[in-house]
Amino acid sequence: MFAIMKRDFRSYFNSPIAYVMIGLFMFIVSFFFNDYLAYGSSDIMSGVISNMSFILLFFVPIMTMRSMAEDKKNGTEVLLLTSPVRVTEIVIGKYLALMGVFLIMTLFTLIFPLILIIFGSPDLALIFSSYLGFILYGAVFVSVGLFASSLTENQIVAAVIGFVSMFTLYAIKFLASFFTGFLYDVFTWLSLNARYNDFMTGIIDLTSIVFMLSFVAVFIFLTVRVTERKRWSQG
Amino acid sequence: MVEIQNLTKEYGKIRAVDNISFTVEKGEILGFLGPNGAGKSTTMNILTGYISSTSGTVKIAGKDILENPSEAKKHIGYLPEQPPLYMDMTVNEYLDFCANLKSVSSKEWKSQKKDIMELVKITHVSHRLIKNLSKGYKQRVGLAQALVGTPDVLILDEPTVGLDPKQIIEIRKLIKALGKNHTIILSTHILPEVSAVCDRVVIINKGRIAAIDTPENLSKMLADFSRFSVTIAGPQNKVKDILSNLYGVKYLEVSNKMNDDEYSYIIEADKDVDVRKPMFNQLAQNGFPILELKSLNLSLEEIFIQLTTTEAKEVAE
Repeated sequence: MFAIMKRDFRSYFNSPIAYVMIGLFMFIVSFFFNDYLAYGSSDIMSGVISNMSFILLFFVPIMTMRSMAEDKKNGTEVLLLTSPVRVTEIVIGKYLALMGVFLIMTLFTLIFPLILIIFGSPDLALIFSSYLGFILYGAVFVSVGLFASSLTENQIVAAVIGFVSMFTLYAIKFLASFFTGFLYDVFTWLSLNARYNDFMTGIIDLTSIVFMLSFVAVFIFLTVRVTERKRWSQG
Repeated sequence: MVEIQNLTKEYGKIRAVDNISFTVEKGEILGFLGPNGAGKSTTMNILTGYISSTSGTVKIAGKDILENPSEAKKHIGYLPEQPPLYMDMTVNEYLDFCANLKSVSSKEWKSQKKDIMELVKITHVSHRLIKNLSKGYKQRVGLAQALVGTPDVLILDEPTVGLDPKQIIEIRKLIKALGKNHTIILSTHILPEVSAVCDRVVIINKGRIAAIDTPENLSKMLADFSRFSVTIAGPQNKVKDILSNLYGVKYLEVSNKMNDDEYSYIIEADKDVDVRKPMFNQLAQNGFPILELKSLNLSLEEIFIQLTTTEAKEVAE
């Protein structure tokens, strides 16, 4: 498991992907920061972090698209699947590598709260809860992206599937408004954003944390299933 | 070491592998021979646990590949048709990763790594990125990967594909050398490879076993006559007369007209009789000189074609 994590993690940083993504992400986020906080003369980070999670919609699929798809395309999948490592370990290893890249990207954005701390007196607890929310949100997106990547050997297709699924998750609250009664409740309950907004307002709710982590677990499980399914396929 | 029983794999209605059974003993090199699409790769993928079988069992070192995959896989080194290489790694990094993946202890790996790299002769490229290596070297790195952890069983899917003739000979030597300590199953559609390397051959066609035997026995079994082509100067009917009256000649055919009164003939004769000497004497007496004589042995190729086109003799062990 850790062998795979280490290898994948390195490979993201051996290619330009991680650097380009982190650079671009920082570039865009700094615009938001400038706009909201510098011009708005505010020290509340939440708005910026909200926007950061929105741009994740575009960044995560590109980050995750190669994770499983590339192994299939290059035939290295055979190496992994015929090694004594279990499929679950393979998938978790790949997930952790992606999370590593994501966390490093997040680490870079900490420069913004740092600026706030130096030049103002922001609510540190709020920043903490917002970041926690952001990381959990990212964790869910990465698991969705990983799953999308396991469905195909074409990276572009993986990215598109990933983006559409993430967007659906993102917009599910909006979809809920088309329904009433039970379906409305289901969609609202599924909505990541509702829970995410709690974090943005400084509420750390254990159920939300569990909810997000279960989401991750479900998608990792699905990824394992999809990968195993191929072995058992009869057609 | 490897036991395969009634292995079947179905894809929809197509039976890619149909009720295959054989065993491979420790230290044996088994050749797996068949035309494209015969089910060689499918069988190998099942043996290594990459795909599952529809029915039947595979046991590696006594461990079932489906029931106890992690244990069984520890005993296997697999080189698939396309070597599973990470192009963005150096040879060193890649082999270290493989050792990690197969949970070879770092102490063990330290002593092993050098040997493996020397064995497949990749020490001098160990710091290069795999994507920059030639096809032959990539194949060797793939082979090195299979050797990591010194598994008991090596499964090699067309290990010499894409190599130049010199490399092919080297790899074959290597496989032979490895066969002393490992059980090897190798697939190929190159027949000389089988006679050069393997102790035993399984010929597979349309998912079924057409024959299992040593390469020598297979040749003997099917080639019960000798055959050669001869070009003779002289009128066709007279020469034909002489040739067909020779003791042991079973078949005669005019294959080509070379010049005026120069024809080449194909002769098949009993294997135990050498017809060449009496033929020479007879023709010389009549003043018809032999211009060319060459023997056309029934090659493994032809045996193979016979077996896979007629599925004639089913030789079970």
